[in-house]
Amino acid sequence: MKTAEEMNSTHSPTEIPDEWFTNKIKDTDTAESVSRPSLSYWQDAWRRLVKNKMAMLGLVFLILLAIMATIGPIVSPYAVNVQNLPEQYQSPSIEHWFGTDNAGRDVFTRTWYGARISLFVGLVAALIDVTIGIIWGGISGYKGGRTDTVMMRVIEILYGIPSLLVTILLLVVLGPSLLTIIIALTITGWVGMARIVRGQVMQIKNYEYVLASKSFGAKDSRIIRKNLLPNTMGPIIVQMTLSVPTAIFAEAFLSFIGLGIQAPFASWGVMANDALGAITSGYWWTLFFPAFFISFTMFAFNVLGDGLQDALDPKLRK
Amino acid sequence: MLRYILKRLLIMIATLWIIITVTFVLMISIPGSPFNSEGSSNATVQANLEKHYHLDEPYYIQYLLYLKSIVTLELGPSIKQPDQTVNDLLGRGFPISFELGILTIAVAVISGITLGIFAALRHNGVIDYVAMGLAVLGISVPNFILATLLIQKVAVDWDLLPVATWSSPAHMILPILALATGPMAIIARLTRSTMLEVLTQDYIKMARAKGLSPWKIIIKHALRNALMPIVTIMGTLLAGILTGTFVIEKIFAIPGMGKYFVESINQRDYPVIMGTTVFYSAFLIFMLFLVDIAYGILDPRIKVHKRGGE
Repeated sequence: MKTAEEMNSTHSPTEIPDEWFTNKIKDTDTAESVSRPSLSYWQDAWRRLVKNKMAMLGLVFLILLAIMATIGPIVSPYAVNVQNLPEQYQSPSIEHWFGTDNAGRDVFTRTWYGARISLFVGLVAALIDVTIGIIWGGISGYKGGRTDTVMMRVIEILYGIPSLLVTILLLVVLGPSLLTIIIALTITGWVGMARIVRGQVMQIKNYEYVLASKSFGAKDSRIIRKNLLPNTMGPIIVQMTLSVPTAIFAEAFLSFIGLGIQAPFASWGVMANDALGAITSGYWWTLFFPAFFISFTMFAFNVLGDGLQDALDPKLRK
Repeated sequence: MLRYILKRLLIMIATLWIIITVTFVLMISIPGSPFNSEGSSNATVQANLEKHYHLDEPYYIQYLLYLKSIVTLELGPSIKQPDQTVNDLLGRGFPISFELGILTIAVAVISGITLGIFAALRHNGVIDYVAMGLAVLGISVPNFILATLLIQKVAVDWDLLPVATWSSPAHMILPILALATGPMAIIARLTRSTMLEVLTQDYIKMARAKGLSPWKIIIKHALRNALMPIVTIMGTLLAGILTGTFVIEKIFAIPGMGKYFVESINQRDYPVIMGTTVFYSAFLIFMLFLVDIAYGILDPRIKVHKRGGE
């Protein structure tokens, strides 16, 4: 850098060369530029979810579980429910990877079959909960006023009902089957979801962009579909990942007290219940595999739910 | 406050009424139910049922009489055990189940909060990771599996504690441990996250600046505010512990209410199922009511008497 005297000595004040000038960037240019790559909400959420190691572990486990639940019973040479008493209680080996149970059935096959049932019950129950919850909570939160008061009263009354007791009662009366278990689980299960959706909708419906949409003449149905639902998706997804393990646990619990899915179906809860008598005799594998998969599935859904909660929270966006 | 309590009371009664009505409707709709005169083959039982449920009357009279019998706490006879009433079973089973439940709650709350506080104070330290690892494990492993593992390892393999029943303090350790681990894990996680949040607040800095001792700050300033979310989920935890007693009592052969309940389900002893369900529900709903009131009293920010307050 030249000093002022040097400049003055070589040039007269009137002839300042062009290279002395630097272009000053206009403020208006920087104001418009974005400091990070433009990502949609979902891209950003995904990016943050991938960084969460525990959540990814959960996700990978669940994907593997879903694959094995689909192909496991097909590739296995053993049938789910055919008894083979001479081969009772064999420890894990090349022929029976997870050993055999009290009736000589292959635990490997039954474990994946149980995964089908448990995942099916969990997912269907969660989907029904979400559907009813969104409709009920959405209408209640959006309409407000007297409609909201009445709908909330219904929720408050149902919320107090101990759901597992009602489930037990229904199963005693209707008889346990896949359908009745799902009905029984969803009959009070949607209430929690409805409360969350209502809270979200009530908050969002007062935002300016909803008002803008309204002032352009958008109908209620359009506002609910285009403005409210996409913005409540985060908490709904999180609640869903937490309600799937609840349903899986409830199914296992019901099987355990003798109200679960009946033969020829086999769920993890049924397997654990069957294994109870055998565990003290040292046949640990009959309990270990269903117990491990129930626990690890619950774990996977829980950490995935935690990860999603952080990833989908707009306040934590960086 | 009075207005709020009154409102909660009305909702509580409505919930109870729905449960009672649903049980009645379900029970008259199945063959072999107490409301079905062909239901039983035993003459003594049949006579008991006729007398208690007035089976010769039309349904709506039966319903009213059923409501009356519940209000007066006469829960009717058992089908399978002719000389027993539901009241007898509850009278024998409830004190034991209540003891199990109370001890479980005490263990879960005390250990959960302690674990949560230490995890929060050593945020991202070894204690934090160990405590939270334990918590995730506690949430993931269902209580009936934990119970089986405990029996197998502690009672059978190592021979440290008795396998089953409920006769001495040593007998109580395993069932309480099996039942308390799940709620403890939930409480620990919740305490940790709210403590972390509270500890960054300005009033904690203020208390530190004043020169208060660290423990005084934690107990008097931080913990008090961190406890509110725990009171909120207490209702759900109570429901979980209550249903947990069914399986735990079954596994450990504890002669509590839960054991009778599961037995009555397996034997399809309908009056016992009905009576116990109604009793459990009433108990739980009343507990939820108490939790709600406690929340209103404990949290100064919530003005429960304000109209339309959320």
